Amino acid sequence: MSQSIEEKLYLIRYKADDQSHLTIRNQDVCLNCTSKECNFFCPADVYEWDAEGHVTTVAYENCIECGTCRLACPASNIEWVYPKGGHGITYRFG
Amino acid sequence: MADERFDVVVVGAGPAGAAAALTAARGGLKVALIERGEYPGAKNTFGGVLYRKQIEQLIPEFWKSAPLERTVVEQRLWLLAKESAVTVSYRDDRFNDPPNCWTGQRSKFDQWFAAQAEAAGAVPIYETAVTDAIIEDGRVVGVVTDRDDGELRANLVIIADGVNSLLGKRLRAHREWKPDQVSLAVKEVIALPREKIQDRFNLDKSEGCTIELVGETMGMAGLGFLYTNTDTLSLGVGVMVSDLKRLRVKPYEVLNGLKQHPMIQRLIEGGEVKEYAGHLIPEGGYTAMPSLSGDGWMICGDAAQMVNAVHREGTNLAVESGRLAGETAVAVHEREDFSSAGLQRYTDAVRKSIIHKDLKKYKGLHGLLSFPESEKLFGQLPQAVNDALFEFLSVDGEPKRDKQKQAFRKLEGVAGGRMDLVRMALKGWRAMNG
Repeated sequence: MSQSIEEKLYLIRYKADDQSHLTIRNQDVCLNCTSKECNFFCPADVYEWDAEGHVTTVAYENCIECGTCRLACPASNIEWVYPKGGHGITYRFG
Repeated sequence: MADERFDVVVVGAGPAGAAAALTAARGGLKVALIERGEYPGAKNTFGGVLYRKQIEQLIPEFWKSAPLERTVVEQRLWLLAKESAVTVSYRDDRFNDPPNCWTGQRSKFDQWFAAQAEAAGAVPIYETAVTDAIIEDGRVVGVVTDRDDGELRANLVIIADGVNSLLGKRLRAHREWKPDQVSLAVKEVIALPREKIQDRFNLDKSEGCTIELVGETMGMAGLGFLYTNTDTLSLGVGVMVSDLKRLRVKPYEVLNGLKQHPMIQRLIEGGEVKEYAGHLIPEGGYTAMPSLSGDGWMICGDAAQMVNAVHREGTNLAVESGRLAGETAVAVHEREDFSSAGLQRYTDAVRKSIIHKDLKKYKGLHGLLSFPESEKLFGQLPQAVNDALFEFLSVDGEPKRDKQKQAFRKLEGVAGGRMDLVRMALKGWRAMNG
């Protein structure tokens, strides 16, 4: 019954906005970040370091809006706002 | 929208906001209830347990009509080691009548609760995110929303926007929480036929049980939980964000680990995962609580860190604080005093309430939840207690006196020595008794 994170996220109803509510303030900060903790603590695997492009990629469509990245990024380099009203996740159970 | 003026704008239609809106609307005030989700509860999740006392104060016998899951008659605590568990539980039929608490699902309950506020006259403004506060002469006089022409003006703003509380931060009611003041909980809702749930958990038709899980969180400060709903189970785990950062662990892998535990695996076997959810839980307690009121505003529930982590109580404290804010809103409208001096009444009411008293009792807990103490308490100790009992209960020809010695040695080993074990116990006692 153990599933991959993709399978887990597939169970949540989303209404994605066309604009990201998550912004990396400065990609150079990510380049110099040694721990890249956001690649781990996010419960929806939103953040991934793209080693070739030297950027942190942001899959905001998967975001479950917990807010962990906002306060856990060691450099406070993630700008986090709520998705537009009525957008983002909708829990059916909660 | 801009033409309309309200007495009170409530931001967030969770338990705190709905309780505030309901109370203020009943008191004759013109109330707007704003929610960013598609419906109240759409963004909300919890373990979770809903308690009677605080909701009953607003809606007598609400359990006869509210969407609830099972009445909790048994509470279990499991101390997990890798392949085993020490279990303690308390079951009592007296928890049935009057019901003490229920398991619940927030998308259903929050919608119902907010509908009660609407029925009392609160104006629902859903699918609307608040982006800022309107401040004039140092006083909050409304909010800005993401709707076109989206300013809403009011005498008072009640902030009930949950743990992330962007509005609370905007007003500098609090600064950003530190990673050791919040835990991240992830949860799965797992469907099983109701008869299976009743058989596996030894329950009658409407009865439910809760299991709190200590241990097997990779040494991180945190708790797992497995609760019975009507025809689903809620299985989850919350761990301190500072520990997740330190260990660089994926939160859902901790949950996947719990699902493999032999004690849990057999209870969820054959179930179908219906939903995955994640949310922050305020864990800072008493010392992390912000100022509760100011010029034109009050703050309630998770947004004000009102969670009792030891007893996993949160929704009840949210409802209590919402009610107190609603009552204050009615009182200050009689005197037309919306200043911080007038709204001090809310802060005073919270101080006299169970919210302040209970959080104060456990104010030392935060110290125990920090590394390296946390690693002993949540990692080594549960394993040592299990190993000690294994030794003690194994009938293998060794004298009991020797077995007892070995068992104690295992526990002392975690603390560092006999005196350290006593010290650890004392520290724990103090943390629980403020």
